Amino acid sequence: MTEPLIQMKNIEKHFGSVIALAGVSVDVIPGECHCLLGDNGAGKSTFIKTMSGVHQPTAGEILFEGRPMNFADPRDAMAAGIATVHQHLAMIPLMSVARNFFMGNEPVKKIAGINFLDAKKADEVTMAEMKKMGINLRGPDQAVGTLSGGERQTVAIARAVHFGAKVLILDEPTSALGVRQTSNVLATIDKVRKQGVAVVFITHNVRHAMAVGDRFTVLNRGKTLGTAMKGQITPEELQDLMAGGQELATLEGSLGGTV
Amino acid sequence: MAATDQTDERVKEISRFRQALIRPELGGIVGTIAVFTFFLLFAFDSGMFAAQGVMNWGIVSAQFMIIAVGACLLMIAGEFDLSVGSMIGFAGMMIAVFGVVLAWPMWLAIIITFALCLAIGALNGFIVIRTGLPSFIVTLAFLFILRGFTIYIPQTLESKTIIGGIRDAAEGDWLAPLFGAKIGKPIFQWLGDAGVIGVFERGNRMGEPVVDGIPMMMVWAVILIVFGHVLLTKTRFGNWIFAAGGDAESARNSGVPVNMVKISMFMFTAFCATIFAICQVMEFGSAGADRGLLKEFEAIIAVVIGGALLTGGYGSVLGAALGALIFGVVQQGLFFAGVESSLFRVFLGLILLGAVILNTYIRRVITGER
Repeated sequence: MTEPLIQMKNIEKHFGSVIALAGVSVDVIPGECHCLLGDNGAGKSTFIKTMSGVHQPTAGEILFEGRPMNFADPRDAMAAGIATVHQHLAMIPLMSVARNFFMGNEPVKKIAGINFLDAKKADEVTMAEMKKMGINLRGPDQAVGTLSGGERQTVAIARAVHFGAKVLILDEPTSALGVRQTSNVLATIDKVRKQGVAVVFITHNVRHAMAVGDRFTVLNRGKTLGTAMKGQITPEELQDLMAGGQELATLEGSLGGTV
Repeated sequence: MAATDQTDERVKEISRFRQALIRPELGGIVGTIAVFTFFLLFAFDSGMFAAQGVMNWGIVSAQFMIIAVGACLLMIAGEFDLSVGSMIGFAGMMIAVFGVVLAWPMWLAIIITFALCLAIGALNGFIVIRTGLPSFIVTLAFLFILRGFTIYIPQTLESKTIIGGIRDAAEGDWLAPLFGAKIGKPIFQWLGDAGVIGVFERGNRMGEPVVDGIPMMMVWAVILIVFGHVLLTKTRFGNWIFAAGGDAESARNSGVPVNMVKISMFMFTAFCATIFAICQVMEFGSAGADRGLLKEFEAIIAVVIGGALLTGGYGSVLGAALGALIFGVVQQGLFFAGVESSLFRVFLGLILLGAVILNTYIRRVITGER
């Protein structure tokens, strides 16, 4: 087994008197998709915010590439190679795909000592990266507003990977998407994983997790209920773990396995 | 993913012609053509298109262009500046106070005025960023504050609201010609001698061409348009301007220094207003407390005709320049056409409405907005 890229050991996070995380341990290996499952309020968001430097843990240890890490803010984490693609994408609909792709990291070339935007390079890289992800753009100047939700997710993921993300945190990327768009995003996750990036995929949809996940960690009420390898656990067991094992069992009959 | 390897069957092929047409400046281009066609038909014999006539509406358009470039970039960055008009009055008055009342050398008066106005622009931006208030309100406050000072200062110092003698004070100065001179005089003399443009028939200027050079106001307009267009479309800073106005939060998440971008655009707007003011006082030879009245709205109208989105994140400097040209041509052209001047507002209103409807449609096509 390869060395874990990032190890979170017994992370605790308290907000005042509320204990959001009560000792969660997760590690992520390059080239794997680690699914983080949990119902609403389970602490998923707090956990990934701790991982990406938004929150500092109250207790516990973060090891990044074997060294203890203390991220002061998200910029630190980004510089180290931890990128987060939020539900609210850092994407501007009025601007073209190429301009969005390079926003904040624009390529420049010097003409007569003045830095100009290297639009040609930006366009070429964007088209190439989008093609790699299976999205055919009409042109690099197509506005992001004309893309579907799934395509926008893919642009955001491709951008993060292009700018050297080693760990890619996806915060419920499939929650607002249709069936076909979801499968596109899942395919993107698969492609990114094969490039050797460690993916942390947050979802509460077991079927989406099962489709791409290598390992599964279930959070419930701020605690880890264990990490399982692919093939060691059935979707039904995962579902039960997420719900805390009780309520859903009683509903099983009437729901007929639809969730 | 076999489906995504092919082109999406629901995306219609867009013809090359349509693609060339669909651009943010289209409203401005159509408006410009419409306005010129109108005046060529109804005012061709009036001298509007002779050298003197062209200079007449050209200089008015150049004035609008100078402030429209600033307003355009600021609007794309997501902010307004309603204090532009007051800033013009204020900057002109400062030139008069420093250069005439205090009798400092004109170059020093110009530099100090620039520094002062840029500082006020930065203050505008700083307050907007720090308080999170709409720039509409903050700059509305400065509209009154600056206008108040522009009236108060000359009244206290000189007991009048117009201070003259600027041209005399600027005589022989090395910096003042950058705003008050005319360029290309030999070329116009040659054109006059060659009979291409008219010459004075009698009087003490007999033999001189009716148009004896291009005023610096026009030169500045061209410089600022080229600068603004290149900055916006060809540099990374331009990308940040779009990003800051499109969605400040997303831009920040991507590492764009949004606050710096916005504050520098407020300063650039102030810079444009100051250039306008200095060119104007150099031309008139005096500074008046009522100069620049309503200019902020004229700038915003020109920018909106030019295809910019009022809420930011979208627009074009070339479009804004065309909007300013339309504004200038209509304002002066109706006089040439012998139309009752109060109809200017009717005409302008119609153009504004037409251009904005067209622009909104184009923008939806381009950006997929709904």
